[in-house]
Amino acid sequence: MLLLLLGIILLHIAALVLLFVSTIVSVWTSGETSTSDLWKNCTIHTGGHACSPASTGEWIQAVQALMILSIIFSCLSLFLFFCQLFTLQKGGRFFLTGAFQILASLFVMSGAIIYTVMSPEWVPEKNTFGYSYILAWVACPLALISGLIYVILRKRE
Amino acid sequence: MLTVLALASVVLLGIVPEQSQAITIYTGWERHALVGSDIRLSCSFFSWRWTSDDVTFSWTYRPDGSRDSISIFHYTGGEAYVDNKGPFRDRVEFVGNPGRRDGSILIKNLDFNDNGTFTCDAKNPPDIVGRPSSVRLLVFEKLPIQAGVITGAIIGVVLGLLVLIVVIYYLMRFLVARRVFSLSVSKHGKKKKEGSQQRQGPAPPADPSKVKAAASEKKKQESRKDKK
Repeated sequence: MLLLLLGIILLHIAALVLLFVSTIVSVWTSGETSTSDLWKNCTIHTGGHACSPASTGEWIQAVQALMILSIIFSCLSLFLFFCQLFTLQKGGRFFLTGAFQILASLFVMSGAIIYTVMSPEWVPEKNTFGYSYILAWVACPLALISGLIYVILRKRE
Repeated sequence: MLTVLALASVVLLGIVPEQSQAITIYTGWERHALVGSDIRLSCSFFSWRWTSDDVTFSWTYRPDGSRDSISIFHYTGGEAYVDNKGPFRDRVEFVGNPGRRDGSILIKNLDFNDNGTFTCDAKNPPDIVGRPSSVRLLVFEKLPIQAGVITGAIIGVVLGLLVLIVVIYYLMRFLVARRVFSLSVSKHGKKKKEGSQQRQGPAPPADPSKVKAAASEKKKQESRKDKK
């Protein structure tokens, strides 16, 4: 029983950590000498790094907002899980926790989709997607699975 | 003793203001404008002295990527002299008020070639030691949205909706609980009244009980409607 609880919490925290890294590290696109998005574009030259703020178009700001919202909702879901763990009646389901976690995964998915669709506008052809982008896509199903487990789980002793 | 003090104070008053006698000039840091529009570049200064009649303002312009600057405006001796040969010919207008230490100029009909740095230098004799201040002009075809405006708006709207839903949920629970409570109270009250009437006989008027019955009937109908 305790093992199950630990496993669920670990899964939730793993998804949360992936979300944090994907949002904070600015490597959504990477080229040979430059990395760019979500917050700043950096190029490496002989002297070191030269970073400038990312473009302020509407779509980049939408992706930023969606990633931040997904982090907020995932944190709220973890907090609600601990609340409901102690206040739920026996046999009850963690609906609220699961709902928030599923919402978080939806936000990450829409953020990643918007970035995929709109990035050809502001990224030159030879650049490829960086690891922050990949982490965002990995965090989405993790959060979804975690949310579904919360919805199915029933509280026992 | 007193004379020494008086002499010392006179000497101090004479020395100290000279050191703090520096004119400080204020302009903006950066200005954004659309092609074809007009822009007002403001310049004002702070000086310990009164505004003299010989106050002068001069504006110079340095294009982006160039090291030379040209003079485009000069105000001296109560007269404003604008550019009549350079790139700002017929486009500069003096809109400042030297009496109020304002040396702003208006540049009309902006173009992409006007991108650059504008420097304002003001002198208020005898206060002439100061550092000129520069404002950078950026001309856009379409004004870009500032970083973070849309981000903040989306986050604010979603979190606001969340808070609203939580508040409405608790409000509904509170209202339903209150209605259930008042319904149970009126039922309890009716039962009590009926019991007391049967004991006393039909002496008290039947109106209050009829009114109460009608009210509880109304409430029952309302709750039925709500359930639907």
